[in-house]
Amino acid sequence: METKNTIVFPAETLDLVQKIMKRYPEGKHKSAILPILHLAQAEWKWCSPEVMDYVASLLSIAPVEVYEVASFYTMFHLEPVGEHVIEYCRTGPCCLMGGVEVYDHLKKRLGIQTGETTSDGKFTIKEVECLAACGWGPVFQIREKFYMQLTAEKVDQIIDELSK
Amino acid sequence: MKVTIDNITLEVEQGTTIMQAARQIGPEIAPPAMCYYEPLKASGGKCRGCLVKVTAGSEKDPRPMPKLVPACLTQVQDGMIVENTINEEVLETRRGIVEFLLLNHPLDCPVCDQAGECHLQDFSFEHGVSNTRTAEERNTFEPTDLGPNIQLHMNRCILCYRCVYTADQITDGRVHGVMNRGDHAEISTYIDKAIDNDFSGNMIDVCPVGALTDKTYRFKSRVWFSKPVEAHCSCEKCSGQVTLWYKGDEVIRVTGRKNEWGEVKEFICNTCRFDRKKTAEWTIEGPTQISRHSVISANKYGANLIQPAFPISQAARDYKLINDDRDRSFLKDQIKLEAKK
Amino acid sequence: MKILTEQIDVPGIETIDVFCKHGGYQAVEKAIKKMTPDEVTEEVKKSGLRGRGGAGFPVGMKWSFLAKPEGIPRYLVCNADESEPGTFKDHYLMWKSPHTLIEGMIVSSFALGANTSYIYVRGELMYVIHILEKAIQEAYDKGYLGKNILGSGYDLDLYVQPGGGAYICGEETALLESLEGKRGNPRIKPPFPAVKGVWQCPTVVNNVESIAATSWIINHGGDAYAAIGVGRSTGTKLISASGHIRKPGVYEIPLGITVEDFIYSDEWCGGIREGHKLKAVVAGGSSVPILSAEMILNTVDGEKRLMTYESLSDGGFATGTMLGSGGFIVMDETTCIVHNTLTFARFYHHESCGQCSPCREGTGWMDKVIYRIEHGKGRKEDIDLLVDVAKKIEGNTICPLGDAAAWPVAAAIRHFRDEFEWHIEHPELAIQPGAVYMRPGASWAQ
Repeated sequence: METKNTIVFPAETLDLVQKIMKRYPEGKHKSAILPILHLAQAEWKWCSPEVMDYVASLLSIAPVEVYEVASFYTMFHLEPVGEHVIEYCRTGPCCLMGGVEVYDHLKKRLGIQTGETTSDGKFTIKEVECLAACGWGPVFQIREKFYMQLTAEKVDQIIDELSK
Repeated sequence: MKVTIDNITLEVEQGTTIMQAARQIGPEIAPPAMCYYEPLKASGGKCRGCLVKVTAGSEKDPRPMPKLVPACLTQVQDGMIVENTINEEVLETRRGIVEFLLLNHPLDCPVCDQAGECHLQDFSFEHGVSNTRTAEERNTFEPTDLGPNIQLHMNRCILCYRCVYTADQITDGRVHGVMNRGDHAEISTYIDKAIDNDFSGNMIDVCPVGALTDKTYRFKSRVWFSKPVEAHCSCEKCSGQVTLWYKGDEVIRVTGRKNEWGEVKEFICNTCRFDRKKTAEWTIEGPTQISRHSVISANKYGANLIQPAFPISQAARDYKLINDDRDRSFLKDQIKLEAKK
Repeated sequence: MKILTEQIDVPGIETIDVFCKHGGYQAVEKAIKKMTPDEVTEEVKKSGLRGRGGAGFPVGMKWSFLAKPEGIPRYLVCNADESEPGTFKDHYLMWKSPHTLIEGMIVSSFALGANTSYIYVRGELMYVIHILEKAIQEAYDKGYLGKNILGSGYDLDLYVQPGGGAYICGEETALLESLEGKRGNPRIKPPFPAVKGVWQCPTVVNNVESIAATSWIINHGGDAYAAIGVGRSTGTKLISASGHIRKPGVYEIPLGITVEDFIYSDEWCGGIREGHKLKAVVAGGSSVPILSAEMILNTVDGEKRLMTYESLSDGGFATGTMLGSGGFIVMDETTCIVHNTLTFARFYHHESCGQCSPCREGTGWMDKVIYRIEHGKGRKEDIDLLVDVAKKIEGNTICPLGDAAAWPVAAAIRHFRDEFEWHIEHPELAIQPGAVYMRPGASWAQ
């Protein structure tokens, strides 16, 4: 996966960045780092060093400060990912609801293991911890959308839908 | 204000931490410090090696503190009573800390340049146990170069954050930091960036273990075979006050001067550290007073002649008046005999 | 008796118009127009409301600790970084009825004299963040937020801050570090946030549910709130029920109903799923001690256990547990306790920030040892080793994550030691898919 050659937010996103930076007191705009990283990841799919350097330049901070933060939080992909990143919850309550079997089915269906991307670049599977949806487990998340009370059949439907 | 540590009472100024107070008494009483480093602001609190028991919070509120507290960050209150070496809970916890720190630390001391002046070696010698309970594999990393003169062995790092604070506080721009989290956290520049800064070499001096080592000194000698000498030069960048480490007539290493706690007194520049390795470039002052953390303190230069105040205060503490009122007259002859000898 | 979720199923309740039609924002009108900040704090104190994030510290008292130096801004930060396994109540509340939280934020900010407040929501709930942001905009448009609210001269700006995926940011000082745009490393206390919080200014951090409850308290009075519940467990509590029950979901209960009622009554969980028996319960989110069926239903004295802070912790950790965040995970006899403990140990291993050595190294160690046991490679000495490692983490770390990691492991061994032993003694049986040890004579094994 290549990132775009010139890493610059579109104008409307840049406006939003300016607005976000004003949410914090004078001089404390470093606080905007997480919201901006989310915007950057939405724009470029993953946080390449170039993307993180760009975020650092927007905030006028040292690039290492962005690397430190981005690598601490698990939502930021530091490696290239597929078009749809499936992040499934592997924690206790989801396992009680049959999560292990459902996720095994998912891996079999896509023919990849956790952390891998399908050869067509469509899907990446990631394992995450509790997604705060335990009562509706097993659950996974693709971008902002939650898919709950998963079964093997539901997983197939979702994959079919997204493969179109 | 008054504080009592291991039954020794002393008077300290307000704002003194338990660690500083204990250090005033002497090295036998001072808790180990793997992350705390007095010259670096915000250091400490992380390794938990210095946890001590506060059995009385203060004169006013003599309740004990419920948990062990880090000596390095906890300020003394008037009338506080602290137990360090005499408290079994503290010692047991410390055994645990050693075990935790060694869990992912390789036992490659035979080929580690830090061996002999490694704080983790001292810590595990003083507080560790001889057997190991773990069957798990260690986390491993490849060694990396941070610029031409510094090598990082992440395997050995105990994440004390001292080098991060050094870069923040001593150099004019930090390019390395702590990446990832948990037991996968690592010191890194993230992308292969050289740490190129006049004072970056100080990271080597502050590192308590052999994670950051001097490439110009790599495998040149075991530290106990080298002779430290105080020297200075007129340096345009730093104070020029250094310790030269000799092997025979050759300067094999230059470091900052350290106090008895292994803390650098004055940070030195990279030119002094890496590039000035000829005796002619220095004015020699005399042999170095060795830090107790160095194995060479055992047999050189009389560093071991410096007697800490502790044994004296210990003797005073343990001295008991003997109740000796009994009739000794029958010993008369024997006493005379003894006196003649 | 419902306080937070009375109208949660009303169609359109997420919009301010419908919300106001059902009595929304009356607490803002009342507090700002008719009360002083101190009076609001006083009502919350009277209510006996306790922090709903897990620790259960009285909210009114926390507020009264807030330092108020001249000329330095104060902040209210709502902790919506809900990540404790088994807990999904805040997710539910913010998703269904965002204005319930926003109204509480305005009332609470007014009481604390904060002119800027933040809701820190875990980043995974981005869709909830959009819901909240839309609702906040509606509140600005109606004049409940912004400059000179309701003509009172009180100004308040409210923002949503997304997290980035880190359980540790639910710890209040880690949350503040994260809000400052840093790694979520918990701070060493003291100083406490009430004195030096976000950007070194006095700050109060409260859970979503705690803040949301303040509007009802202002509308109906602290005494009315205190009249609900039992003893020092006043009011209602959102319980996230998950696991092997007929009706998983979020339930608002008056504190003081029996655990038995909660599990078996059709009003709440509706009993254990068809054809199965209750084996164990984790009553307050993954970090609290697991209890067996007998222990969760009754105290050692033979009394029925109640859903209160006190009753659940009756007997200490020897026979009791904690209400915690109200993440109620129910397990039937098909559950392998070793596997379940492994998922929790793995969770804390994954979520440790890595700052202090007992937690960084200890959580990984416990995870690896339990993994070995679960996969048929356990050694006899491993069980005592786990107990000892847990003991050496507990109480010795910078923040409570160390305790949270140690408790579930220690408790699983305390109450289900025979299951761990069985795994070690019969690895060939234990590694079979779905294999579960049945304790002879246990109520779930019959």
